[in-house]
Amino acid sequence: MELISLFVKSIFVDNMIFSYFLGMCSYLAVSKNVKTANGLGVAVIGVLLITLPVNYLLNKYVLMPGALSWLGEGFANVDLSFLAFIVFIAVIAAITQVVEMVVEKFAPTLYSSLGIYLPLIAVNCAILGGSLFMQQRDFANVGESAVYALGSGIGWWLAIVALAAIREKLSYSNVPAPLKGLGITFFTVGLMGIAFMAFMGISL
Amino acid sequence: MDKKLKETILNPIFKGNPISVLVLGICSSLAVTVELKGAFVMALSVTIVTGLSSLVCSLIRKSIPNRVRIIIQLVVVALMVILVDQVLKAYAYGIDKQLSVYIGLIITNCIVMGRIEAYALSNKPWPSLLDGLSNGIGYGMILIVVAFFRELLGSGTLFGFRVIPECFYAAGYMNNGLVILPPMALILLGCIIWIQRSIQKDLQEK
Repeated sequence: MELISLFVKSIFVDNMIFSYFLGMCSYLAVSKNVKTANGLGVAVIGVLLITLPVNYLLNKYVLMPGALSWLGEGFANVDLSFLAFIVFIAVIAAITQVVEMVVEKFAPTLYSSLGIYLPLIAVNCAILGGSLFMQQRDFANVGESAVYALGSGIGWWLAIVALAAIREKLSYSNVPAPLKGLGITFFTVGLMGIAFMAFMGISL
Repeated sequence: MDKKLKETILNPIFKGNPISVLVLGICSSLAVTVELKGAFVMALSVTIVTGLSSLVCSLIRKSIPNRVRIIIQLVVVALMVILVDQVLKAYAYGIDKQLSVYIGLIITNCIVMGRIEAYALSNKPWPSLLDGLSNGIGYGMILIVVAFFRELLGSGTLFGFRVIPECFYAAGYMNNGLVILPPMALILLGCIIWIQRSIQKDLQEK
């Protein structure tokens, strides 16, 4: 039951885009049409789902204060938490590379449709942000961190597909010249964010 | 050369502003703009990180193999961010807690990587340092403008000091709670872009 609540919460209440602005750069850049937006969203879900549990284990058994105590008595006081950033980003970059190679080998059509966006996921704030939030929130086990990853990934995917659909329609409307493109997109995302605020009061 | 250098410094601040023109680094910029203090610290950290990592990457640019350059850049940037984070933890713990994950997220801030890729890898260390710093300033400027309005309208304070006098509240003025919520940051940024593009017409999109 707790897992379901965490799942729903990470999709709607703690939505990566609307409440934390994570992954905004690629969110704005890749949301011009629904098809590529969909591809990128799915890729983000996949990478989050792999990196978060891996980083969780690393954090729990290597980085946290006293995490190395399984090595022996002498390691009980070692605190490597200052290395967290560099370890997390290295894991993310490496896993993105692996995912890219796997997708290229086994799903060439998906690979060619994602194009440049797959390697760019390594510098998507949503992925690193997920890991940092995971570190902050002290999840109890790997399962919880995986559920959180899935939820926030789906939240991101939902947000980018919704924005892409709106932008496709927007291209037919008459927008004041200085607002065209970027400006109106910001307003749209802001209004979508206000709509998503409706989920904020819900406690599960 | 002197003129070119001047251009390197001034361009990112107005005409090629990383946020409002190039749309880089939005991710971390919006969440920290509820208060001026946080925005100021964030702007300073980003400026330092962009400047220093551009400098370092430019110094080692001839020995970086092209294939693995992204990872090397990430490591350099992560190193700088760790330094900044440790300093903040030591001297400004409260602000570090308030900025929470967003200091760490400077690593994936597109401005840092973008400047290294686009400028530092093909230029000498000194101009790269300046380019990094002025991009950081261009980023910080937008941050501070957004934070100014959000703090003023949302809580009636600036840098934590009350600027809207009590008699206004007594007369029925109320803080606008909506401005504190995340979506308003986006709308304010949209307004900044709107104003900038009505002045600089060549930036308008077709």
